[in-house]
Amino acid sequence: MDFDYSDDQKFLKDEARKFLSGRCPPAVVRGVLDDPARSHDQALWAAVAEQGWLGAAIPEEHGGLGLGRVELCAIAEELGRAVAPIPFASTVYVLAEAVMAHGSDAQKAAILPRIAAGDLIGCLAVSEGPGVLTPSALSSKVESGKLTGVKIPVTDGDIAHTAIVLASEGGKPGLFLVDLTGAGVKRGTLESLDPTRGVARLTFDGAAAERLGAAGEGFDLVQAILDRAAVLLAFEQLGGADRCLEMAKEYALGRYAFGRVIAGYQAIKHKLADMYVKNEVARSNAYYGAWALNASTLKENGAPELPTAAAAARIAASEAFWFASKESVQVHGGMGFTWEVDCHLYYRRSRQLSLVAGSPRLWKERLVSELEKKNAA
Amino acid sequence: MDFNDSPAEAAYRDKARAWLEEAAAAHKAQHGEPKPNTPEHMAAAKAWQARKAAAGYACITWPAVVGGGGGTPIESVIFGQEEGKAGVAYGYFTIGLGMCVPTVMAFSDTDTKKRFVSPAVKGEEIWCQLFSEPAGGSDVAALRTRAVRDGDEWVINGQKVWTTGAHYSDFGILLTRTDPDVPKHKGLTMFWIDMRDAAVECRPIHQMSGGRDFNEVYFSDLRVKDSQRLGEVGQGWQVALVTLMNERLAVGGSAGPNYREVLELARALPGEDGPALNNDAFREKLADWFVASQGLKFTRFRTMTALSRGQTPGPESSIGKIISANQLQDLANTAVEMQGEYGVLTGPEAAAGAAFQQSLMWAPGLRIAGGTDEILKNIIAERVLGLPGDVRVDKDVAFKDMPTGR
Repeated sequence: MDFDYSDDQKFLKDEARKFLSGRCPPAVVRGVLDDPARSHDQALWAAVAEQGWLGAAIPEEHGGLGLGRVELCAIAEELGRAVAPIPFASTVYVLAEAVMAHGSDAQKAAILPRIAAGDLIGCLAVSEGPGVLTPSALSSKVESGKLTGVKIPVTDGDIAHTAIVLASEGGKPGLFLVDLTGAGVKRGTLESLDPTRGVARLTFDGAAAERLGAAGEGFDLVQAILDRAAVLLAFEQLGGADRCLEMAKEYALGRYAFGRVIAGYQAIKHKLADMYVKNEVARSNAYYGAWALNASTLKENGAPELPTAAAAARIAASEAFWFASKESVQVHGGMGFTWEVDCHLYYRRSRQLSLVAGSPRLWKERLVSELEKKNAA
Repeated sequence: MDFNDSPAEAAYRDKARAWLEEAAAAHKAQHGEPKPNTPEHMAAAKAWQARKAAAGYACITWPAVVGGGGGTPIESVIFGQEEGKAGVAYGYFTIGLGMCVPTVMAFSDTDTKKRFVSPAVKGEEIWCQLFSEPAGGSDVAALRTRAVRDGDEWVINGQKVWTTGAHYSDFGILLTRTDPDVPKHKGLTMFWIDMRDAAVECRPIHQMSGGRDFNEVYFSDLRVKDSQRLGEVGQGWQVALVTLMNERLAVGGSAGPNYREVLELARALPGEDGPALNNDAFREKLADWFVASQGLKFTRFRTMTALSRGQTPGPESSIGKIISANQLQDLANTAVEMQGEYGVLTGPEAAAGAAFQQSLMWAPGLRIAGGTDEILKNIIAERVLGLPGDVRVDKDVAFKDMPTGR
């Protein structure tokens, strides 16, 4: 049994934490939060590229470090802990992973080295409005290699160079790679719950679109991409949830009320114990997700465990981060509700991360559908 | 990350599995598969324990000189898993070998150890732990059972409660109050006692679930020799902490139906619109149960990983019972509610053999036994997160002056 980070992976994680505590303190996050003109922290993005993190899981032949997915999970956990204001998830968990899983050799050669070098930011453009997008409601279209339609919201769509777009072609949904710096693309920046991450409306009017993966399988491909991303996002959520518990604990140990430290009151202790329990459930599910994700990259046909493992990781991590972020505000009392205290950075990010790749409710439905299939078989 | 055994672990598992296959077949041929709580079941359990001890598979982590297996914690976990799969696991020895006998080994003289350890390992004698009292549940140190010195003997009067296995145990370790004039933790002393003594009376407790799985134990002028004392006079609390530290690593799953059984029930049950499994609220709960069950399973894997690496497991295993007990209650109640009025039935007509109704009635006990939800949360808060203990109003008060309720 070897169900934990290895010593090397722990070392990488410790180094990542040290690096981020220097390069991504709360002041850096707030720099993006407080300036509506800034979508991300460019200096941090460049430094992260310099560290090789963007290409951590990209093979060496494409300019990456060729590490496994568990190493990427370790980095993700630290990025989540630091609420890093960079388009790491859109670029690495979504675009790089999608191209590695579904791209042609030419697409891999064109995109992966640029991601690894920090020259290309990605995004995933699926949503067209509130609620769940069904195949019959999909209105974006590709005809003769030209894309028309409106995608809203697109996380990091304001700064991305390349988008993965879900659109129908000949009446069938497909995925397409679109160069957002080319003609026929209009971007509009949008306000959001988490201003430390950019969000945009993308309007396509004859933009050049190149198919990614098989024709007609757009929704299945999106799900496959999200299965991978969900595991990595779960580690970001876990890192954030752990930090919320720490912050709440530190505050409770220093705050006095009714003549004694509030960390001694059972109402507070039990709240923090509840956070701990949820975080450990999230950690164990995330580890299994990491194992399944890594296994899926090593086998020709992926790992059959991944859909269930990814769903469980995402559900547990979403619940843990939501609970820890909201109850951390509560433990901080009135101070927790101020702009100055960092609680809201995590509260905001917990919402952003839970919404960005399908809400937990959708993942619960996906999980139960998988269980139904498995138990019937 | 992977779930595979290391080569050494795999070799051990193969060896254990091969032995179990043969031994379990021989055991079942001789004893059949008797019903629990029968003399035949107890006889089978004792025979199986003896068989294990002879082969070095009883008390695997104990030294061979005392009858153990001289193995490692991970080997013990592996054997436990395989033993469970072979369908020959019996629970009668868990408390004795997990908690009582280690305490005897830590606090008694050579002769006493010689007398008791080997028979316990071989399953010839069974031990129980006599700590909880009507006045001392979560607050065990508030116990009132009195031991008064009389020459070379002690005279014991009082009552214990919730003693698992008292009625079939041969011996027990008993925590008593020897000095009511000092604060509660300082006036306690531990003894081992003979459960067959006429001054010891076991009375079964009628539980809310209808069963009688636990006992009250009464002591009426029970006389024990001073040589039966474990540890110094007044050091009983420290001895008890050693007992509780020896609590075995909980690696087993929780009893009762899980998400699979409730999924099957919902598939077969008519709902508002097709099978009850189609109900969105139910599906959401089902996902939550699955995620929590997986969380516990993989948390146990993390504990095993630490053992496998020769490290001390982290505190993460402390989350187990809080989750499993509450989940069992919620799952059972949902399954019962899903049946509508039919859910009240507990007889032969009941769905799924009334398993969910039984769990519904058993779950409240599970949330209390072995540390209530609230005490477990205190333990996580204080020992894992390092938060301060509660304000103790009884710390410097002599036990006899402590206020008592009913």
